[in-house]
Amino acid sequence: MSARDVHGVEPPWGDAFSVIGKPHRKVDGLAKATGQALYADDLSLPGMLHAKTLRSPHAHARIVSIDTSRAAALDGVHAVITGADLPTPYGVIPWTQDEHALALERVRFIGDEVAAVAAVDEETAEAALERIDVVYEPLHAFLDPHEAAERGEPAIHPERKKGNVSKHVELEFGNVEEALAEAEFVVEGDYFYHGTTHAPIEPHCALARYTADGLLTLWSSTQITHYVHRTLSAVLGLSPTRIRVVQPCLGGAFGGKSDPFSFELCAAKLAMITGRPVKLLWTREEVFYAHRGRHPMHMHYRAGADSDGRLRGVDARILIDGGAYSSFGLVTTYYSGQLLTGPYDFPAYRFDSTRVFTNKPPCGPKRGHGSVQPRFAFEVQLDELAQKVGLDPIEIRRGNFQGSDTSTVNGQRITSSGFAECLDAVEHASDWKARHGALPFGRGLGVAGSMYITGTNYPVYPNEMPQAGVQLKVDRSGLVTCFTGGNDIGQGSNSVVAYLVAEELGMDHRDVRVVAADTDLCPVDLGAYSSRVTFMVGNAAIDAARKLRRAIVGAVAEAWEVELERVRMIGGTVLDLGDAERALTTAEAFQLAEARLDTLGSTGSYNTPTLGGDYRGGTIGASPAYSFTAHVVEVAVDEETGRISVNDAWIAHDCGRALNPMLVAGQMEGSAYMGMAEALLEHHEVNRFGLHAGPSLLDYRIPTAVDTPELHALIVESLDPEGPYGAKEAGEGPLHPAIPAISNAVWDAVGIRLRHLPFTPAKVLAALSERTPRAAGSEV
Amino acid sequence: MLRLPAFELARPRTVEEAVGLLAEHGDRAAGLGGGTDLVPNMKHKLVTPEVVVSLAAIPELGGLAVAEDGTLVIGAMCPIAKLAAEERVGAGWPAVAQAASLIASPQLRNSGTLGGNVMLDTRCRWLNQTFFWRKSLGFCLKKDGSECHVVSGGSRCVAAASNDSAPALMSVGASAVFVGPDGRRELALEELWSTDGVRNKRCEPAELLVEVRVPPTAAGHRGAYGKLRDRGSIDFPLLGCAVRLDLDAAGAVLDADAVLVALQARPARLRGCAELVGGTTPGSPEFAAAARAVAERAGRKARPLPNVPGDAEYRHAMVPVLVRRTLEAAGAGGGPVHPL
Repeated sequence: MSARDVHGVEPPWGDAFSVIGKPHRKVDGLAKATGQALYADDLSLPGMLHAKTLRSPHAHARIVSIDTSRAAALDGVHAVITGADLPTPYGVIPWTQDEHALALERVRFIGDEVAAVAAVDEETAEAALERIDVVYEPLHAFLDPHEAAERGEPAIHPERKKGNVSKHVELEFGNVEEALAEAEFVVEGDYFYHGTTHAPIEPHCALARYTADGLLTLWSSTQITHYVHRTLSAVLGLSPTRIRVVQPCLGGAFGGKSDPFSFELCAAKLAMITGRPVKLLWTREEVFYAHRGRHPMHMHYRAGADSDGRLRGVDARILIDGGAYSSFGLVTTYYSGQLLTGPYDFPAYRFDSTRVFTNKPPCGPKRGHGSVQPRFAFEVQLDELAQKVGLDPIEIRRGNFQGSDTSTVNGQRITSSGFAECLDAVEHASDWKARHGALPFGRGLGVAGSMYITGTNYPVYPNEMPQAGVQLKVDRSGLVTCFTGGNDIGQGSNSVVAYLVAEELGMDHRDVRVVAADTDLCPVDLGAYSSRVTFMVGNAAIDAARKLRRAIVGAVAEAWEVELERVRMIGGTVLDLGDAERALTTAEAFQLAEARLDTLGSTGSYNTPTLGGDYRGGTIGASPAYSFTAHVVEVAVDEETGRISVNDAWIAHDCGRALNPMLVAGQMEGSAYMGMAEALLEHHEVNRFGLHAGPSLLDYRIPTAVDTPELHALIVESLDPEGPYGAKEAGEGPLHPAIPAISNAVWDAVGIRLRHLPFTPAKVLAALSERTPRAAGSEV
Repeated sequence: MLRLPAFELARPRTVEEAVGLLAEHGDRAAGLGGGTDLVPNMKHKLVTPEVVVSLAAIPELGGLAVAEDGTLVIGAMCPIAKLAAEERVGAGWPAVAQAASLIASPQLRNSGTLGGNVMLDTRCRWLNQTFFWRKSLGFCLKKDGSECHVVSGGSRCVAAASNDSAPALMSVGASAVFVGPDGRRELALEELWSTDGVRNKRCEPAELLVEVRVPPTAAGHRGAYGKLRDRGSIDFPLLGCAVRLDLDAAGAVLDADAVLVALQARPARLRGCAELVGGTTPGSPEFAAAARAVAERAGRKARPLPNVPGDAEYRHAMVPVLVRRTLEAAGAGGGPVHPL
C-alpha cells in the first residue's frame, strides 16, 4: 500500500464538495427508465445463431453414453457440443476447480448441463435437445447435508478424495471452553438458515462472436468480466489476447453472476465451431438451477456473558449445504466464521464450519456472502442473552461495541466504525425507549446489528498487481472519459466514478463519461463482489483524476504565470483565485494543457494494504474497511393466522461517506427489502425428488410492492481514513440485521423465539401453541 | 425465455364463427381470452393447441351490463379489472367485485378476463411447471404421466380449482351461458364443475363460454370474499372463501351461503351455513357464535390437499379462520378479507 491508495476524506478543492454528497441521477438512469439501455439479450448480430442447453433430469447419475447424431442431423442445427468438447475444469476459486462447461462423466443435480446446441432459432435448438440420446446410470442422490457429511460414498466429486466434504475450517481464538465456563450466563441453541436465491430480473445471457482473424468477443451478463476473461482463455485454450469480454447493461446480479458459467463457455465454443455469432439466453428456470445463492446452514451456537452483559466467548458449529459444486464455497466456509467478530468484542471465539456437497443446485455468494446466516443466529442469540442478563437489547449491543481503530479477536483490523451512531439512530427513530416492550400484545420492536467487509485484500487468484485500475482520457470538447474494469450491476459504480472524477476536476459530472467492464478497453478491476467497487475503483479513480488535475493545474498556472495554489477548478470553470477577472472553461483549460503538455490522460490504481491474521485463512475476511449497520423493525403478529407483518424498518448504516446519498439509501432499502424477503417469503427449496420446488417467479415468492414495509434509511457517515473521500460499502452490509431483527421483534410482540428460517405462519403458530405465558419471562 | 409451441392463430369476428372453429378442430383448438392462463400453460406444454382461437375480435363478448330485470351480465371477455372497478358490481354483488379485485396482479387483471378466470384450468404444484421439470419428475396423472404425486397411489387427479371468481359467483347463484354447435345453453355455475382435476368443467370443447349471468341480489344482501395467499398480490389462492348473507328488514339473516375454492378440483359449497347463521343478526353475539360454528364445520369438512404450493396442514388450519373472518366481514358490510 502506498500514497497512491489513500486520498483523504477532505474535499479536493477546499471547504465543500461540489458533486459528492448530492442526490444526482445515475449515469444510466434515464436509459434504463426509458428502455434505451442495452442488455445482453438486446444485442443481435447478423447471422446470429441461438443456443440451448440440455440438462440432467437426474439428481446424481453417471453418464453411460451420449449420442448427438440425431440432433446434429436436424435441419437448422449448426453444432452440438458435449463435455468432451470442453474438457478443462474451471471454477472461480483456483483451488477448487470442479466444474465443467458440460458434464463429462457425471451429473450432480437436476439441471446440471450435459450438452448444448446452436441452431437457427431457439425452437430448432430446443427440438434438437430432444434428439440427444443420453443413457444415465442413476446414483444415490444426497439431498440432506447431514447424510452427505456422514457418508462419503458415492462421492459427488470422487476426484477430490474427501468423501462429500467440500471444505472444513476450524479456528479458535482465545480459549472458548474456559471463557464459557467462567461466564455468568450461557445461551446455547440451534438455528437454521434455509436457502434463498438472487432472482435478478434479467436472466443470464451471453452473445459470442468469433471472427476470421481468430478474435473472440463475448458480451455477457456478468459481474466479473476479468475472471470470465481468464476462464474463457483457460477452457477454450485461447490466448487471453485473442479474447474480449464486455459486460453490457446488467439487470441485477446480487452475486448470482459472479461465477464464470457454462452459458458463456458454450456460447463461445459454439461461435468458434460455427463461425457465426451465437447467443445463449437462459430461461428463468435455468437461472434457478444455476443458483449460486445463499447456502443453507445448520448452526449451533453457544455464547456466554458476564453478569453485566459483557460477552466472554462465542462458539459456533456450522454445517453448510453447498449443493453440487464448490463455486465460492471455500470462501463461504471461512466467511461463515470470520465475519462475525464485529461490531462486538469477545475475547474468545471458535468456529467449526463444514461445507458438504449435495445433489442440489450449487450454492455460492449472495449479497452478504457467507455472513448473513451466522449473523442471524448470533443476533438472535444475543437477544436471548440480553433477556437472561436482564438488559435492554440495544444496551447489550452498546455495551459490547468494540469501538473504532481496533482489531478483532481473529486479527482483523477495524478502522472507522459508526456502529454506536447506528444504534443511536435506530433507537431514536423508532422511539425504542418508549415503545420496546410496551406495545400491545401482537406488536413488537426488534433490533440487530452487523458488520460487513468493504472488499477483501484476498484477490481470487494470488497476484501482486493492483485490484483496481482506472484510465482517463481527455477530449478537447471538455469531455473526460473514464475507463474502468469495474462492473456496474445496478449499484451505480459507473455513476460513482463519474462523480469522483468530476469532483477532482471541478467539472460538471455530466461531462464525464464512463466506459466500463470491457477487457479490450478498460484496465483490470477484479469485479463487483465483496462490496469492493466503490472503495477500490473509487480510490483508483481519484488517483487517476488527481494526476490529471496536477497536470492541468500546472499547465494553467504556467500559462497564467501564477502559483499553483491560485488555480482552482470548480463547477466547470478554472479560476484564478488571485484575479476574479481571469477564468477558463474546463474545455479551454483542457486545450491549453494539451497544447502545452501533449495528449492528455492518466491512469490510477488501488491495492489493499497487507491485512489479516497470521494464520491459515487469516486473509479471508480481511478488508481495508468495514461497514456497520443496525436495524430496528416493527412487526405485527396475527396470533390466529401466524402471519408476521413488518410495518416499518429503520435502517442505520455506516457507509463512511455517502458519495451519493440517494444511491446509498437505495442500497439500504434494497438490502433491507431482500433480507425481509428471505426471512418471510423466499425459499430456494429442493423437493424429495431433488427437483427445485418451483423454479419460477410465480412459485418463488419475491415480495411485491404491497408486501414491502416502510423503509427508513438513516445514513451514518464515519469517514473512513482509507475510503474514497471516506466512503465504505453500502450494498451488502445493510441486509444482515433485517432477518434477526424480525425474529427479535416477534419475541417482543408475542414471546416466541424464531430460530428456524423462513418464518412461515405455520412455524409461528406452532411456536405460539408451545409458548408459556410471556409474563413469566421464560424461554421457549 | 420459454418458447411458445407453434400454432395457428384464428381471429373470428362472431361467436358463431368461433364456435365453428372450435367444433372443427376439437381438442386441437383452444380459445384465447386474455391469455394469462393459456399462454403459460402452452409454454409449459400442458396444452399444445394447433389452432388458437382468439376471442378478442368479437365485440359482443366484452360487455358488462345490468339488464332491465336487474341481472348482471358479464361478457366472457370482460377484463377482470373492469369488473373489479365497476361500482354497480361492488354495490350489488360485493363478493364478486372483491374476488375480482384479488385475482392475480393489476397487470394480469387488465389482461385477464372474467371468462378466462371461470374457465381457469386446475392447478397443482406438480403440474404447473416446465416440460423439462415435469419430465424429470416422471410427469403426473393429469398430463403425460400415470402417477399422482399429491395422493400416493391416487387414481384421480386432485389438481385444485384456483379461480377466485368461481366461489364468489356461485355464492350469488350465477349461471354460465355457453354457445356450442347445438346452440345456446345456460347452466347454474354450481353444475359446471366436476371432481376430476384433469377436466373439472362439464362442457364440451366446442362450447364457448359467452357470458356469466348473475341474478339481482335482494335489498338486504351482503357479501364478502376472503383469500389466503403468501403475498399481497399476484398469487393464486391457497384458499378462497365467498360468503353471501341475505338479511331481512330487521337485519337478521334470512339466508346464507359460503363457498370455498383451492381445495380440490371443484369449488365446494359449505352445506348448512344458512341453518347455522339463519335468524342471527350480524354484530350480535349470536351471529358471532354462529359464525364460529360455521367455521368449525368448514374445518371439519374441508381438507386441503398438498396440491397447490405451501403447507397443506397450515391451509387446513386456516379454513375456519378464513370462513369466520369472511362471514364477519360480510356481516359488517366489509371485506375483502385479505391478507388473511
